[in-house]
Order: sequence, then C-alpha cells, then structure tokens
Amino acid sequence: MNIVIPIKQVPETSNVKMDEETGTMKREGVESIINPLDLYAIESGIQLKEKYGGKITVITMGPPSAEKALREAIAMGCDDGVLLSGREFAGSDTWATSYAISTAIEEMDYDLILAGERATDGDTGQVGPGIASWLDLTLSTYTSEIVDVNLIEDEEVDYTTTETSSIVVERMVEEGYEKLELPLPALLTVVKEISFPRLPTLRGKQRSRKVDIPQWNLENLDMDEDYLGLQGSPTRVVNIDHPKVTRGGTVVDVREDGNIEEAVSQLIDYLKSEELV
Amino acid sequence: MEYNGVWTLGEARNGEIKEVSFELLSRGRKLADKLDEELVSLVIGDKITEEKAEELIKRGADKVLLMNSPALKDFIVENYSNVIEDLIEEYKPEIILAAATSMGRTVMPYIAIKTDAGLTADCTDLDIEEDTGNLLQTRPAIGGNILATIKTPNHRPQMATVRPHSTKPAEKDENRTGEIVHLKFDSSLLDGRVKKIGFRKNEEDAVNIQDADVIAAGGKGLKKGENFAMIRELAGYFDGAVGASRDAVDRDWISYPYQVGLSGKTVTPKLYFAVGISGAIQHLAGMKTSENIIAINEDPDADIFKVSDFGIVGDLFEIVPELNKQLAEEVK
Repeated sequence: MNIVIPIKQVPETSNVKMDEETGTMKREGVESIINPLDLYAIESGIQLKEKYGGKITVITMGPPSAEKALREAIAMGCDDGVLLSGREFAGSDTWATSYAISTAIEEMDYDLILAGERATDGDTGQVGPGIASWLDLTLSTYTSEIVDVNLIEDEEVDYTTTETSSIVVERMVEEGYEKLELPLPALLTVVKEISFPRLPTLRGKQRSRKVDIPQWNLENLDMDEDYLGLQGSPTRVVNIDHPKVTRGGTVVDVREDGNIEEAVSQLIDYLKSEELV
Repeated sequence: MEYNGVWTLGEARNGEIKEVSFELLSRGRKLADKLDEELVSLVIGDKITEEKAEELIKRGADKVLLMNSPALKDFIVENYSNVIEDLIEEYKPEIILAAATSMGRTVMPYIAIKTDAGLTADCTDLDIEEDTGNLLQTRPAIGGNILATIKTPNHRPQMATVRPHSTKPAEKDENRTGEIVHLKFDSSLLDGRVKKIGFRKNEEDAVNIQDADVIAAGGKGLKKGENFAMIRELAGYFDGAVGASRDAVDRDWISYPYQVGLSGKTVTPKLYFAVGISGAIQHLAGMKTSENIIAINEDPDADIFKVSDFGIVGDLFEIVPELNKQLAEEVK
C-alpha cells in the first residue's frame, strides 16, 4: 500500500511566550518544525507500511528550507520526499495550495493520503479536504482510528464483482465516533488520538541525509499557472489585527492570608454579577 | 453579478435541527439586511418535519430549502457535497455560511474546490464591506494571536465556516412568516462510495464540550486523574461539561475528546473555569474567546491569569472544595 503524506513546516510555538504589550508572539529564535498534527499522520503511515508494505512519500509546499521538514519525516521512517517550491506558489490560500499539492500527488502511485487535521499556524483544516476534492477521493476528516484495511492485490481482482480495496476508520464527531468504510484511494485527515509519534532513529537520520529530494514546480509539473499563488487564490487577507489578550480581571491571592472562604465568596459574587449563577 | 442571497447551512440529526443552525441565522440575518437580500436556510437530512423547518423561519430565515431523504440521513461528505453543489449551480447564492463543526469543516472545503469559491475557516466575525458589498470575514490564526480579515473579491459564492457559540442563536419571533421549499432529492447525486457502518456515543459524562455553556477544565495542577472528580462536581453545579488541558490528557487522566486547545477542541462557552492550568499558548488558543474565564492556579505568574476575568492564586486543593461547597449552598 503506497501512502502520500502532505506536511507543512510551521513555527515552533510550544515554548513561545506572549508579548503582553502588543499581544503578539515573541518570535525571536523561533524554530521551524513539522506541524505537530502532521506527526500523527506520519506515524499512522509508518504503522500501515510496517503492516502492509509499500512506500511512503512526504510532500510539502514551501520555501527551499522546508526540505528540512521532509528529511525529518524520512528520518522517522518515510521513504521519499518531494518539495513543491517556487515563486509561483507564493501567497497561495487553501484553494490554491490544495490545487498545487493535488497536481503533484497526481504524478504519484498511491492508495492512501494521510494528512494532519490542520496546521497549527493557519489553523484552517481546509487543505486536506481540498486535496480530496481536487482528486475526487473519498474523505474522512477527524480520523481517530484506522480499524481495518482490506487490500485486494491486483492479481486477485475478480472482474465479476465490484469489490475494491477499502479502509475502515473511526472519525471523531461532536457526539461520538462514526465508523466509515471508504474504498481506496482515500484521504484521511487525522487527529492526535490516532497514534503516538515515534522519534527518528539514528539509521533513519543517516538515511534521511542521503535521500535525493526533487524540487517540483511549474517548470516540471503540468499545472495551470492561473490557479497558483496569490493570483490563483479566491481569498485575500485585507487586514491583520493583534488582539490584546490581557483582560485585566480581578486576581485575588490567598497564599499569604489563607482567606479562601472570602476569596471564593468574591468569586461567587462575580458570577452572580454576570448572571452566571 | 448574478449571484444573490445569503445562505446558511443548517445541521440536523435524527430529524432535530441543531442549535448551531440558529446561531448561523443570527449571523446571516445581519448580512442579508445589510445587503438587502434574502436569507435562506438550507437543511439536508431525513425526517425533518415542516414544523421543525418552520422554526428556522421564526428565527430569521426568509426561505427554507428543505431536502429529506433516507439516503441523506447520515452526513457523508461526498453525498452532501454533490447535493449542495447542484443547488449552488441552480440558485447561485452570493454567500454561504456553515458552522465550523465536524460537518461544516469537512463539506465546505470539499464544495469550495468544486465550485471555485473562496472559503474562510472558523470565523468569529462577519460583516459587509461598505462600497463593494463583499463579505468581510474575520478569524483568529496562529493560535489566536492574530485576527485576520479576509475577503473574496472576485469569486462567488463567498463561503465561510463560523465558530460555534461565537454568537447567540437568533431569537424566535412567532409572527415571522416565510416560505418552505421541499426539494426533491435526485438519487443520481448519490456518490455511493463511502458507507457509514457504525456509531458509538461518547462515553460516560462526555457531553459535547463544544456545545456546553459552562466548562470546568483541569490541568497538570490536579496532580492525578482521580482529582478530576472535583472538576466534575464543579461542572455539575452549572450542568456544564468537563474539559482538560493537553498535559492532563497526555498523562491519561482523561480522554482526548475532552482536550481543549490547538491540538484539541476550540470552545467558546459563557463560562470557563481553568483549574490548575498554566495557560500555555496552545491551550489559550482553544478557549480564550470564552465570555468569562475564571482561573485557579498556585503560580501568580501563570499566563492564564492574563486572560482571566477573575482569578484566585493559591492551592486549588483548598480553593475548589470551598468553591464547590459555596456553590452547593447557592444551588440549594
């Protein structure tokens, strides 16, 4: 089973502090990492490869430096990487991004596409479903478990039936979990519950340094230039605001005086004043 | 341009229209009034009665497009997408709003590609631009640290998903009248590839935290899983839900559906208690648009106090039991 995993390089924000004055992130020295939610897709892909064989290709769109993210994924256990990079992609929204990535994936031999549910910077969750739509694949979003895979090898295909390879998954919705059966090829966007990402191995790291990562763009892919970058994007960002996060609420410190009853009573008064009790 | 009208994509389950559909009507009514256009609510499902659909009119829709079919009982993205694309082609709405739920955030990007539409995710504010009539869509990004305003100047429809609970449901006006159009389901639109083969409800007390008006959330400061008992008690006084930080979930004190934050759920309740939660940027991203935030933490420098409306610095193992005690008195 061949798997493609689109990933994104994002700023590492876990240890970032907020600037109280401006309400912005303190970005100095912020490293670039693989989008944390993509790690669950990578881990799930590697587990499937271990069980069913095949190969995993990771693909990302970004500046040349995004190659580092691809090598990290290869160090974890993915096989190949493809970097979509070029000025024509600059300013792409989710529509144009999913077009570019799906065009590249169309060149590949795949049964399954796994993607993180969303990226921690843009936070849209639209590129995964968008790729599925471009490629007209079946789609499960918020996938929390891969329950079963039913692979029918080519030589076994019985042309008198319509049976095809399929995957059974659970997806997390508001009220619980839906179980879906999707014929392959399919695209799954995954949530944290699906797996626990492994660390890269030493051998993986060594291999990742040697893998040749091709750079694809308008020059070597059959793409419609009008669909790329800013000009291909239906949406435009017209304003960016930095909201002040500090609310300046009351803070009562009971560590010294130990007057917990009084503090809690003040809290109850607050809740009453807001008509919450 | 021939596109006209504001659409909201209602959500229904087992014939019942979900509350979030009425929130969309609040948003949609405002936009339709500014544009002086019709507000249409599209609802797809099975066994949704005329009476149920009537409520959408009473809450602000001028017209309801209702499509019932046993084949549409379950949300299967490929089917819903085919149906909605077909309707977009026929009716040409200018704006389509859906809720940023597991359904809206799945079907809208699928449709946006097929219809060459602009789509903005998880908006917390919507408005109409004065001169152009374009939809202005404001959404938090980068973990809620920026608010970006986005528009779609040249593509129609303009599509947006709207963060649940970011506005109040539209009020009911018994005197409002409107038209209910029963749409016929065209079975050739059935994709038929994906099958729903099962469903299991969330376990135990897991209500949908994204629907809760009050959430009491616990974090690392609780020290062990059993201590979630007092968080459950606290939530109970408000008929609220329990939430958790990533730290608590990663320690297996509570399961993943409870996790609030960047790698969990985004919530906007009326009241959010953060107990023993320091307020890492990822957690704040998931809850800082809550109306009222109460923080209880022993570290006075914890970031959670910056976003709180009322905070108590001290030992949560003393404060929460006292709070529960006083709330028990109040409830009596």
